[in-house]
Amino acid sequence: MTTAPILRIEDVYKSFGETRVLNGFSLTIQPQEVVVLVGPSGSGKSTLLRCINLLHPPTSGRIWLEEQEITAPGVNQDKVRQRIGMVFQEFNLFTHLTALGNVMIGLTKVRKMHKQEAHDLAMFELERVGLVERAHHYPAQLSGGQKQRVAIARALGMDPHIMLFDEPTSALDPELTGEVLEVMQQLAKEGMTMIVVSHEMGFARQVASRVVFMEGGIVVEEGPPAQMFEQPVHERTRAFLRKITDLDEGGQ
Amino acid sequence: MQQFLELLNNAFPFLVAGALETLRIATGALLLGIAIGLPTGVGRVYGPLWLQRILGAYVTLFQGTPLLIQLFFVYYGLPSLGITFPQLIAALLTLGLNSGAYQAEYLRGALQSVGAGQMTAARAIGMSQGQAIRSIILPQALRLVLPAWSNEVIAMLKNTAVVFVIAIPDLMGQAKILASKYFAPLSIYTIVAICYIVLVGVTYLLLRQLERRTQIPGLTNEAE
Repeated sequence: MTTAPILRIEDVYKSFGETRVLNGFSLTIQPQEVVVLVGPSGSGKSTLLRCINLLHPPTSGRIWLEEQEITAPGVNQDKVRQRIGMVFQEFNLFTHLTALGNVMIGLTKVRKMHKQEAHDLAMFELERVGLVERAHHYPAQLSGGQKQRVAIARALGMDPHIMLFDEPTSALDPELTGEVLEVMQQLAKEGMTMIVVSHEMGFARQVASRVVFMEGGIVVEEGPPAQMFEQPVHERTRAFLRKITDLDEGGQ
Repeated sequence: MQQFLELLNNAFPFLVAGALETLRIATGALLLGIAIGLPTGVGRVYGPLWLQRILGAYVTLFQGTPLLIQLFFVYYGLPSLGITFPQLIAALLTLGLNSGAYQAEYLRGALQSVGAGQMTAARAIGMSQGQAIRSIILPQALRLVLPAWSNEVIAMLKNTAVVFVIAIPDLMGQAKILASKYFAPLSIYTIVAICYIVLVGVTYLLLRQLERRTQIPGLTNEAE
């Protein structure tokens, strides 16, 4: 591949007090790649996502988003976050706003759009996630799957160059995960670059261009899903993937 | 009974004037309290540490001392430092500063009970901290603070009664004058107590209405 990477993470360390979570993590991501990040709990997956969009700036190491080193001093972090969409396990929809309001507020307050323009774009994004008819519902009136789809629409509204998903289906009842994964699959098809922390192995097999197994704050092994699932090199990868694949199948 | 009605008739204009004065002082002090309490509450949660400390000291000072002492300090104490206020200003200032401390505390509690995820999500779409506080956190916190704030409004209506000691003719001040003028303390104080109950009752109903209007659909159980 000769294209310029969209994201380059170089030797990133992150500590919270005495606890070191990321231990020299490096990863390069090409445009339109869908990278599924797996690993045992505590391996630093969520922390990595929060380092990438600077919610928790790295303790050391460097990150480039397209041409710009976003970990450089003096970078406008708010501007960087606009280009990086993030979807949370707990949805984090703004509880006082309708679905439409949730998508619109970033458009009017951050992108400084006019109300009508913001309204139209927000409706378009809700259409993308199939929720136009729920536009005027408040979060408390939506199901978990619907909330997460609104959260995806909210992130898409900012016109991100890359999307981060932090266990987007973990808080959902099993019968609701499908609708969220479908939306994500559609996004991948449209060419969105995505980093997905998830243990949905079906999704990883079908949609991922790469699966990255991390543990102890570093990449243990990475590769295309077929290789990672069929012939992983490391015993640790094999053991972990077998465990979650079994769980996955056992759950169905 | 005849006597009582006559007394009521004579006292009525003074009671109305007193009630208006009470309402004027309560409203002024509450507005001043909001103007102080809102930034103080926000500063105590999101401000830098040094600011949190200063604001904390202000709150402790006004919550930790009796309102009456605060009023005497401002009205009788400060003049010896060369700072003199007219009665009404001294009353508004004292009650406003006192209420500001309480309102700041109520707001602090409300701000802290808005989940941390709300701030994270707001920052994640590129909002600055200030934008997130204004557009996401405060609109939720102000709804949460309404019940506590309603208590503060009701407490204020009654706390204004202390201002009679610096000779302001509020409801309580009028009562004192009327009671000695007609030698009828039992009747007068009963009537005045009822006046306060009416003021508080009407205010309470208005505030409940405000709470209901600002409720977020689906969030609270709408059992009623």
